Amino acid sequence: MTDTTPLLRVEDLRVAIDGKPILRGVSLEVRRGEVHALMGPNGSGKSTLANTLMGHPRYQVTSGQVRFNGEDVTRLTADKRAKRGMFLAFQYPVAIPGVSLGNFLRSAVKAARGDGMSAMDFRKQLRANMELLKMDPSFAGRYTNEGFSGGEKKRAEVLQMAMLRPELAIMDETDSGLDIDALRVVAEGVNALKQARPEMAVLIITHYQRILNYITPDVVHVLVAGRVVESGGAELVQRLEAEGYEPFLAADRRAGESEFAVGVSTNGR
Amino acid sequence: MAVKPQDIVSNEYKYGFRDEEHYVFKSQRGLSRQVVEQLSQMKGEPEWMLRFRLRALELFYRKPLPTWGADLSDINFDDIFYYVRPSETRARDWDEVPEGIKRTFDRLGIPEAERKFLAGVSAQYESEVVYHNIRADLEKQGVLFLDMDSGLAQHPELVKEYFGTVIPPGDNKFAALNSAVWSGGSFIYVPKGVQVEIPLQAYFRINTENMGQFERTLIIADEGARVHYIEGCTAPTYTTNSLHSAVVELVAKKGAHIRYTTIQNWSGNVYNLVTKRAVAYEDALVEWVDGNLGSKVTMKYPGVYLMGERARAEIISVAFAGAGQHQDAGGKVIHAAPNTSSTITSKSISKDGGRTSYRGLLKVYPGCHDVKAFVRCDALLLDETSRSDTYPSIEIDDERVDIGHEATVSKIGDEQLFYLMSRGMDEGEAKTMIVNGFFEPFTKELPMEYALELNRLLALSMEGAVG
Repeated sequence: MTDTTPLLRVEDLRVAIDGKPILRGVSLEVRRGEVHALMGPNGSGKSTLANTLMGHPRYQVTSGQVRFNGEDVTRLTADKRAKRGMFLAFQYPVAIPGVSLGNFLRSAVKAARGDGMSAMDFRKQLRANMELLKMDPSFAGRYTNEGFSGGEKKRAEVLQMAMLRPELAIMDETDSGLDIDALRVVAEGVNALKQARPEMAVLIITHYQRILNYITPDVVHVLVAGRVVESGGAELVQRLEAEGYEPFLAADRRAGESEFAVGVSTNGR
Repeated sequence: MAVKPQDIVSNEYKYGFRDEEHYVFKSQRGLSRQVVEQLSQMKGEPEWMLRFRLRALELFYRKPLPTWGADLSDINFDDIFYYVRPSETRARDWDEVPEGIKRTFDRLGIPEAERKFLAGVSAQYESEVVYHNIRADLEKQGVLFLDMDSGLAQHPELVKEYFGTVIPPGDNKFAALNSAVWSGGSFIYVPKGVQVEIPLQAYFRINTENMGQFERTLIIADEGARVHYIEGCTAPTYTTNSLHSAVVELVAKKGAHIRYTTIQNWSGNVYNLVTKRAVAYEDALVEWVDGNLGSKVTMKYPGVYLMGERARAEIISVAFAGAGQHQDAGGKVIHAAPNTSSTITSKSISKDGGRTSYRGLLKVYPGCHDVKAFVRCDALLLDETSRSDTYPSIEIDDERVDIGHEATVSKIGDEQLFYLMSRGMDEGEAKTMIVNGFFEPFTKELPMEYALELNRLLALSMEGAVG
């Protein structure tokens, strides 16, 4: 039987922060096993989308839906989404002082996966995954994200992704702040995880194309001013590299004017 | 599990059960010269101790209540029973402890803990120690671990040499009160070079309503000796007030190492007003690991006087204040010799309108060059109604010193919560993890059994913290 339900279905999602609209109707579909890239300039709403998909309470969904495996998860708290197989690799992971990365992962695995992995299996998997990401084993004893360099934080995020085995991994600007060697390690890590679990879908959110030199997306979306203005194949990455975001921004400015006109007439009703 | 660092944040106090009163003697309510004389006579004390007590009583009457710190106006000194003798004997075998009292300690898990991981145990019920034991091998090495009354009876010269020298009766009103009516507590002497590797433990239980417990502890670690002492305390929950006012004196001679760990978990009607101080001579190390979780009001600032070169002090003070609680805690270090070093780490959590205060003193005397000292205070507020204050006092009379001070107040952040919840933890689990991490500097200094229990209880009590 072929399952035709998309893993993630975002329908006309509108999101505001403190009453200010950021996402103005985003729709996209990610199927099991697909790799999507969502690209956009600064301030286009990329991180808002990432945080909203994961259920950050500060982001208010004003209309639209997020469906995961066919289920409407729009109102679910982050922990419930995690338990259903969603994962967010943070752009700016916060420090949890006094909690070692190892203990943190242990609790996270127990909470998100809900399986009773033995302490030995956990250690084995942790060691293998740390090796994959070229992390020193002593890292597990350090307090989570406290005093980590930018690159260490991103590796720790991918390590969590490896341990939690999500169905959908959303990666919010995982490439930012990484030098070229760190970027390669992280990207190769993601590829290895993907190879081991081909059914895992990945949504890479990024400003730049450089991470996409290592991870080839099946689908690319361009987000501008809170809307997906174009979707296409991997070739869209090349076009963006050549032309930049300017042509898309110009198109959005024209669209914005017409929306303003609609807004006036709505108010006048 | 023995002295449980339980209910650190619990809304439910697990040890609030009460027993029928067991006593063979109970002094009349209130304090008087007669009460003190009677008490001393019943104990068969030497004359000098009676004089010491009576002098202290005068000082107690003369000294005013402290006008700073927590509100003590609700204490009625005339309402308190100052001496309750629970049994005629002091057992070395649990089977000899009166049945009702033994049941209490069974419920608290003390005999079991002794079998599992302690070198010696002392159990005080009301005013007297009812059980006392030390491992034979330590006794053979000359380690003395006695209740204070037996210490006075069996080693009067040693006691007379040190008793009241670190904390004189006139130090403060409550030190004076303790000096007048003290009963029970521990007396420890560790001979030169002897290392007591596993902890000695004392457990204090108040059962009687309106009881005042005034134990007195004196620990002497001779040159190069080492000892770790742990104390824990609980009481039944009554609607009226009880008073616990201990005096603890530590003497760490040249190169000695004393670690003193407290897990204070009195019920919510106990005033806990305790004076603790150590002197550390050349190359000695004194550590106070002080956890204040229970009580209505606590005022306690363990201190170290660094008297010899290269002496060190480490104070870790942890406080938790829930509804109706005020924890006024901290630490004091006096640098009275060159090349001495100290750190004070204070961690406090306030919840449900509870109040914590850090109060500290760091003093460096003139001529004490190359002193290193660091004070760090972190407060975590779990809600808007709770409160935390810091009263650090730093007096430096030498310029050749390296002093650091850092203080932070934080709330559990939305970003931290979201981060942990995005990893599958619900809000309660996430908060518990943040609180556990916050207390980590304290728990990592506890023996494993205590640390695990503490974390488990934190989790239990944080369940109610959501919403």
